[in-house]
Amino acid sequence: MKKTVYLDNNATTQVAPEVVEEMLPYFHDLYGNPSSMHSFGGQVTRKIEEARDKVASLLGAQPDEIVFTSCGTESDNAAIMATLDRYPEKRHFVTTRVEHPAVWNLCPYLRSKDYRITELSVDRKGRLDLEELKSVLGEDTALVSVMYANNETGVIFPIEEVGRIVKAREIPFHTDAVQAVGKIPLDMSKSSVDMLSLSGHKLHAPKGIGVLYLRRGTKFTPLMKGGHQEKGRRGGTENVPYIVGLGKAAELALEHMEQENTRIRALRDRMEEGIVKSIPNTIVNGDVDNRLPNTSSVCFEYVEGESILMMIDELGICASSGSACTSGSLEPSHVLRAMGVPFTAAHGSIRLSLSVYNTDEEIDHLVKHLPPIIEKLREISPFWKDFQEGKMPAASAG
Amino acid sequence: MWDYTDKVFEHFRNPRNVGEIDNPDGVGDVGSLACGDALRLTFKLDEDKRIADAKFKTFGCASAIASSSALTEMIKGKTLEDAEKITNQDIADFLGGLPEEKMHCSVMGKEALDAAIAYYRGEAIEEDHENVVCKCFGITGEEIREIAKLNGLRTVEQVTHYTKAGGGCSTCHPEIQEILREIAEEAEREKKARAAQSGRKLTNLQKIKLIEETMDREIRPSLKQDGGDIDLVDVEGDKVYVGFRGTCSSCPSSEFTLKGYVQEKLREFVSPEIEVEEMTK
Repeated sequence: MKKTVYLDNNATTQVAPEVVEEMLPYFHDLYGNPSSMHSFGGQVTRKIEEARDKVASLLGAQPDEIVFTSCGTESDNAAIMATLDRYPEKRHFVTTRVEHPAVWNLCPYLRSKDYRITELSVDRKGRLDLEELKSVLGEDTALVSVMYANNETGVIFPIEEVGRIVKAREIPFHTDAVQAVGKIPLDMSKSSVDMLSLSGHKLHAPKGIGVLYLRRGTKFTPLMKGGHQEKGRRGGTENVPYIVGLGKAAELALEHMEQENTRIRALRDRMEEGIVKSIPNTIVNGDVDNRLPNTSSVCFEYVEGESILMMIDELGICASSGSACTSGSLEPSHVLRAMGVPFTAAHGSIRLSLSVYNTDEEIDHLVKHLPPIIEKLREISPFWKDFQEGKMPAASAG
Repeated sequence: MWDYTDKVFEHFRNPRNVGEIDNPDGVGDVGSLACGDALRLTFKLDEDKRIADAKFKTFGCASAIASSSALTEMIKGKTLEDAEKITNQDIADFLGGLPEEKMHCSVMGKEALDAAIAYYRGEAIEEDHENVVCKCFGITGEEIREIAKLNGLRTVEQVTHYTKAGGGCSTCHPEIQEILREIAEEAEREKKARAAQSGRKLTNLQKIKLIEETMDREIRPSLKQDGGDIDLVDVEGDKVYVGFRGTCSSCPSSEFTLKGYVQEKLREFVSPEIEVEEMTK
């Protein structure tokens, strides 16, 4: 069997072996319900609180500010819907054009409920214009939700600056930090963020567990109405093994933070350099100076992303693409379009995202095999020869 | 991940006939970089006016490359008259089927073929800028109508999968819906007209002609997909004698094909009184 080279860690990550080990007893031995009035159930409560402490440490938060949810999408939906419910007279919601669908796809729904939506634009490098933000905030603004780091390009937004602008107007502020948590240091104790979403499976915990950070004093109406779990902020019996797993993953993330920002960053940079040097007409997307250390989004002109993915798949390499074909839609990713990446290049974009489990050998494998693949696809492409003969402008020039 | 057939994978990995023919007899350029896929088909004819060689260059996803490769294999050795009978469905069938969301790749193949044949014949391709329905992908009402009728499409979503129309900003969805409604109405009218026609008395010659036409249009294509064929042997009143050929002649379910399919089609399109009998050699 061919070895898997997993370079799609912004999609999901391998569950850390330590995390699995930590979780197992909570399936077969300690399966009690923490709400029960017997010690068999009650004993798992302590373990949940331990996990809460560990997640709080990763975020620089207080344990009682951590609410366990089922996923990042639930956390985003809960934060946004809860806040809008709390301020029903305010009808303006501000977000960005490059949000993850967990936030972005709420916008049409909110429009149908007579909300006015502002989607902040980004420039060619995927950066926000803070002057635009200042100009759109008003008395009627109920909430601002801006992602911490972009899932496709890795571009990090200046969340503290955004937060200061928003909080100066006393407007609640939420950030979808699903891609940032575990990859860059966060400190909620010194932050202007009111609410923050994270997802377990992006940091080596399993799928199906997330967290909503709720700053003390934030007004909140639970999305999941039910029992008194999570101090009445999220009904539903606690997903004990997964909460325990996320606690362990948070602990590991803190341990690996330095490695993520040194070894992984260097590995990503070496990969990117290797690709750009050996393959002509390659464009790196996004603000390379303000990026997650693990993410690289590159466009190969005159070829199409799905074809690249299928070719590297044969070598066991997993990545993803912002091209239209991979998504089942017909247009390239909304993120690349918002950045104004020309369609001609956007269709040939792929995203490579690393984790602490990636090695030098794996990156060498990719850098060695990618150039002939792009060359083969360009041989098949009708535009490559035209471009070489000067009949076609390079998208990178535009 | 897409559910591609092994044959799609095979043609994607080892595409046949990649390249461009120098001084070609036919050239068809369809699609664009902006649209996300494009195909340039070139062919050369021999003295008998058969396609001696065909080559392609494609920018697009795996199924676009596989569809182009399949197309070149399918048209080689054919006369232009035979080649132009190839439908987008034939291309998809050649590959063992395509995911519905990817059917537009087979349509792109068909369009390139039509364009290349038109080029050879010196026919101008009409570019109907007036009647563009989908502005995002530049698809005209006529194109939507043609593909929808040919492939029996019933929903806007299907039209998007086959033609890309409606796959962008979606403001044209009501217009596509209207086109589909018109097609459905037309089909209903035709059905009624056929029913009225079948009541009228046909001469024997008219009947034989109608039977042949119906077999060509409605019956043979699907038998040929399975490597079979059918011949009309004789007609006596309402009795139609046929002979199965190819794989059909040894097929254990040929009796069902005969009564359940051939007879049904002839009853629908020629006369409700038709009885079909098989004439074995």
